[in-house]
Amino acid sequence: MLRFILSKFMFMLLSLFLLVSATFLLMNAIPGSPLQSEKATSEAVQKNLEAYYGLDKPLYVQYGTYLKNLLQGDMGISMKKKFQSVDKMIANSFGPSLRLGLTAVVTSVVVGCVLGMIAAMHHRKLLDNLAMIIAVIGMAIPSLVMAPLMQYYLAFKWGIFEVAGLDKPMDYVLPTIALASGPIAFIARLLRSTMIEVLNADFIKTAKSKGLSGYVIVVRHALRNSMLPVVTYLGYLTAGIITGSVVIEKIFAIPGIGKYFVQSVIDRDYPLIMGITIFYAVILMVTRFLADVAYVLVDPRMRAGGKGAK
Amino acid sequence: MSNTNHTNTSDKLSPEMFEKLKRDSVIKDEAGRKSLTAWQDIRQRLVSNKLAMTGFWIIVFIAVAAIFVPIISPHDHFTNNLTNTNQPPNASHWFGTDDLGRDVLERTWKGAQISLFVGLMAALIDLILGIIYGGIMGYYGGKVDEVMNRFAEILYSIPYLLVVILLLVVMEPSLTTIIIAMSITGWINMAWIVRGQIMQLKNQEYALASKSLGAGAMRIIFRHLIPNAMGPILVTLTLTVPNAIFTEAFLSFLGLGVQSPVASWGTMIDDGVKAMSIYPWRLLFPALFLSLTIFAFNVFGDGLRDAFDPKLKK
Repeated sequence: MLRFILSKFMFMLLSLFLLVSATFLLMNAIPGSPLQSEKATSEAVQKNLEAYYGLDKPLYVQYGTYLKNLLQGDMGISMKKKFQSVDKMIANSFGPSLRLGLTAVVTSVVVGCVLGMIAAMHHRKLLDNLAMIIAVIGMAIPSLVMAPLMQYYLAFKWGIFEVAGLDKPMDYVLPTIALASGPIAFIARLLRSTMIEVLNADFIKTAKSKGLSGYVIVVRHALRNSMLPVVTYLGYLTAGIITGSVVIEKIFAIPGIGKYFVQSVIDRDYPLIMGITIFYAVILMVTRFLADVAYVLVDPRMRAGGKGAK
Repeated sequence: MSNTNHTNTSDKLSPEMFEKLKRDSVIKDEAGRKSLTAWQDIRQRLVSNKLAMTGFWIIVFIAVAAIFVPIISPHDHFTNNLTNTNQPPNASHWFGTDDLGRDVLERTWKGAQISLFVGLMAALIDLILGIIYGGIMGYYGGKVDEVMNRFAEILYSIPYLLVVILLLVVMEPSLTTIIIAMSITGWINMAWIVRGQIMQLKNQEYALASKSLGAGAMRIIFRHLIPNAMGPILVTLTLTVPNAIFTEAFLSFLGLGVQSPVASWGTMIDDGVKAMSIYPWRLLFPALFLSLTIFAFNVFGDGLRDAFDPKLKK
């Protein structure tokens, strides 16, 4: 098991290193230099600027410097927002994104599991159909449709929520629904199909014959054994929430990283693009790694030292 | 199998003892039930799935409308008409007009063309790359498989959105860029599906028979194994399409995808959101059809999976 975790960890580092290198190369492959501008600058000034930013050095030296700085958490300075360091910008905008993202992740897992559980317990009955209709709707309506519609009706027309911003607890409701509806649907369907299988297993029959009540069986015995696919999904869920939040932050005017990311791409603010890319990649890969570890911890077969199955 | 009743011991065989079978005469199943080929069986299961068929007909409707509406419609999707801006739906503009007086109906179906094109291209590229890569991985196994699988895993672990956005920075935002960007990581899933299938199938008798007749690896993979793995491949393919359509809309919505004046559901929704409090129809129509399309492909794909593998159906 330790070997499995270690190999996953090395794998994560390797992927991260490759992504950082690819980002660096891509950004350098783009023609033009950040120091070019419409204003004519003299040769000497240009040289000085290049020397100041280290752009006169060969590429591998620049790469080395970049890696060294990155390890110390220094991601350079933004080109558009003068004299702001990228790491500061990320740190400042991370708060709202993190709070919204965590809310959405927790909501997805809790609501998704509850829906899936209800559906599995009432297999092929009214509640099952109802839960699956909700799931299909949640899958079909993409966040970039759902968010504006909710904003229009629930906030603008009926005034139940604020149209934009993320200040009061109530402000979290709409963005969270928009972000979580897809994952809720996915988790509900995932859990439902695993749990239907688990509910037919022998140990459930044993629990029933002991006289345990339906809810105790489902929550204590079936749920734990049905959670594996959901745990695996957690890594991808984080990716989905981060992706989604880019759109949601734009629609609800939330000052988070997603908004900066889009803006940085439109502005061609290379250090900021690289910084946020790497930042996102670290979060995603770490969550994926943690999901792998959690999987090993939850699944007794893996704990016994079995080889990691693909 | 002939109808002759006596199979005993005459020394000479005479032609009268044999009955000629016509070339396409069918031997009747003794149970009297019409025997179905695997594909007929699958089709029957699919057709009896109402939700999946609803999805299928929605897809057909959207595809037909996307092709013909822009041809029939008297309007075009890019000419500005500043005397006729922001008209609500009426007899001449069924879906109304936008802030530049362009017909929303026409633009919605132009957007459908782009969405379907992106979806089909993404699926096609995934299919080709996935089958080749996955086929080789699965067939050769061993060291080849391990190395190729590692490479795929590394590529897969790089978040998809980041690849897409990085590429859009380097290349000009356009339809081609979006499709290339989606293809870079999109095929991996397909490759894994194909790999798993090939691994299961490659030791079947017919593959061994072909091998012992001297067929090469490529022939066995593409003539014998891939056709038998078509079920899971088709299902994966169908479920790739809505993802690709969503990604295109998503990128265009952010201003990183298709650029004006070309109509895409993503850009139309972006415009629509800004104007939704006054001119809601500009948001409503692209949003409605984007959702419908994604819904239709998802339920159809689900139905297809159930039809191919009834065991999975719960």
